[in-house]
Amino acid sequence: MSKEPVAVVGIGQSKHAAARRDVSLAGLVREAAQRAVDDAELSWADIDAVVIGKAPDFFEGVMMPELYLADALGAVGKPVLRVHTAGSVGGSTALVAANLVAARLHGTVLTVAFEKQSESNAMWGLSLPIPFQQPLLAGAGGFFAPHVRAYMRRSGAPDTVGALVAHKDRRNALKNPYAHLHEHDITLEKVMAAPMLWDPVRYSETCPSSDGACAMVLTDRAGAARAPRPPAWLLGGAMRSEPTLFAGKDFVSPRAGRDCAADVYRQAGITDPRRDIDAVEMYVPFSWYEPMWLENLGFAEEGEGWKLTEAGVTALDGDLPVNMSGGVLSTNPIGASGMLRFAEAALQVRGQAGEHQVPGARKVLGHAYGGGSQFFAMWLVGAEPPER
Amino acid sequence: MTRQIAVVAFAQSDHRRTTDELSEVEMLMPVLHEVLARTGLRTADIGFTCSGSSDYLAGRAFSFTMTLDGVGAWPPISESHVEMDGAFALYEAWSKLLTGDADTALVYAYGKSSPGSLRDVLTRQLDPYYLAPLWPDSVALAALQAQALIDAGDTDEPALAAIGARSRAAATANPHAQLRGPVPQGDHLVRPLRTGDCPPIGDGAAAVILAAGDRARQLCARPAWIRGLDHRIEPHSLGARDLTDSPSARLAAEQAGAFERPVDTAELHAPFSSQEVVLRKALRLGEEVVVNPSGGALAANPVMAAGLIRIGEAAARIHRGACDRALAHATSGPCLQQNLVAVLEGDPR
Repeated sequence: MSKEPVAVVGIGQSKHAAARRDVSLAGLVREAAQRAVDDAELSWADIDAVVIGKAPDFFEGVMMPELYLADALGAVGKPVLRVHTAGSVGGSTALVAANLVAARLHGTVLTVAFEKQSESNAMWGLSLPIPFQQPLLAGAGGFFAPHVRAYMRRSGAPDTVGALVAHKDRRNALKNPYAHLHEHDITLEKVMAAPMLWDPVRYSETCPSSDGACAMVLTDRAGAARAPRPPAWLLGGAMRSEPTLFAGKDFVSPRAGRDCAADVYRQAGITDPRRDIDAVEMYVPFSWYEPMWLENLGFAEEGEGWKLTEAGVTALDGDLPVNMSGGVLSTNPIGASGMLRFAEAALQVRGQAGEHQVPGARKVLGHAYGGGSQFFAMWLVGAEPPER
Repeated sequence: MTRQIAVVAFAQSDHRRTTDELSEVEMLMPVLHEVLARTGLRTADIGFTCSGSSDYLAGRAFSFTMTLDGVGAWPPISESHVEMDGAFALYEAWSKLLTGDADTALVYAYGKSSPGSLRDVLTRQLDPYYLAPLWPDSVALAALQAQALIDAGDTDEPALAAIGARSRAAATANPHAQLRGPVPQGDHLVRPLRTGDCPPIGDGAAAVILAAGDRARQLCARPAWIRGLDHRIEPHSLGARDLTDSPSARLAAEQAGAFERPVDTAELHAPFSSQEVVLRKALRLGEEVVVNPSGGALAANPVMAAGLIRIGEAAARIHRGACDRALAHATSGPCLQQNLVAVLEGDPR
């Protein structure tokens, strides 16, 4: 029995902002979900199941909020699954939803991810004291900065590369009307003049804290045939996990990330990612993760990723555009951030990415990671259906 | 031809009121070792792993990352997690096996209710704008449902007491149960529910291994084949629901094929005696069906694992030849808002 091919036929996202005080939690997810359903030109009755994801429930102070959100998502009488795999959750959620179609359990599935971080303080939400456990520093930046430093030492990259990434991503965000940060007066000098937050990560090189949601409608071959706009086809998808801390763990290039990418490429028949893939939307919460993930994902040899960034290869008009949407550096509702990456990849191959469209993008990789560089979720989408 | 997937092994902890001396990992580890030992599999042999747990019980964000250490995810594994009862993790794993991407799956769930006040914690599950600020606790909401049943003539207090007594009598044969044997019906906790109508609060963990087709037959003498599996949700607002009925449980059972042939056994996740009344009606279970031979959630209710345990208990009865066709049920949310139904069968003997 072969798997049912999966197509993305509807994509929606909310306007992202530091605080969406104009909407409730239900209003926020509904905004993205309604746009996805509208984009697919479907009605709520056409949705067979809902798969929702978000990061820790402490961020909004609601335990298992999918119970309360069932009505807003038109899910009454339907199956609802709630995924939580840390920062990779937006990607994992889409993959769980895709599985329901691939397994032929459902024809059309709505998948949604969100975070409304203004309801609390995300940095301290991540730093709750646990009895008998070592405190995990203040927020994610404190955890990741040493690994960035390790990358710099290992690769010999000049310390300007991080600023180049931040400058590029924030400028890309100016072309994305949904992005949280729109810094119209940004310059490389301003990025480099920003205060150091977690050495070597400057304030200008770290992600914002956002309220936002993302949604997609996934469907089978028959659903894709009825779609009003070109679908994005799932060519490969995978998740990989490894423990947070262990002797010999490579925080700079975790094996789970490499294995995950290899699985996706195998499914999609990708032999040379640098040549075969047209663009990448990857999870870069701190600027330096662009060159680090370029290596981890096989787009550059070890220690060489920063050279692609420095040469402008990853610019919107470069040979391998990275984070066309402005990325996590411009928009970060944590639970939705992974799905925003997956959705941007799908928008690109559908030719629906507007001002941040990469001309002729046929195969685009969406990437998400979470926890202590330990949870990975990726999908490769294409303009053509999978050969099988 | 759809792939046939079976539950091939089940293990659970002894469920206890408190496990102060154990972290979540320490509570879960022996259960993982036991379930793997039953099949002879090692972590590296497992194709997909999926777990269910809640950060709100653990009192920390990303709590499931700790228990991943108990699995030993090295080399890296294909893995996912739901912030739901483990029964829903089993659903995700089942869908993964159906695609053919994996032939075996490890599913686990755990919850420690003892560190906090569970009745208060569960109020955080409610609509955060209109309901949660009033802190209506889980027992009070279940009592509303019980009163609605009594008002509708579906049950009365003695009948509810008999459900509690039957469950704890059955649990005398279950060494993992927290409440066994004669338990006083007690005073009203929230009228009309007495302490005997309510589940014990406690800590526990459970794990299941799924396998597809011939792999299942290699790993288990009598696999518990999942003939159907489905889950459905209802409106969140209690005012929008008929609390004496469970249309979502009935629909899930229909979709899972539960009504195609009678079952001989049902493991129902009914934390309150009154909820068994609702479920028996919705799932059309007659007197001839053995309900909750394990003692059910009235004998042990480790939140986040109790639903998975129902599937595990039903499967274990099939494994040992005590049952041929079983219905297993899991629930989530206030007053049975969300319900999952699995139909399990053993090969003809």
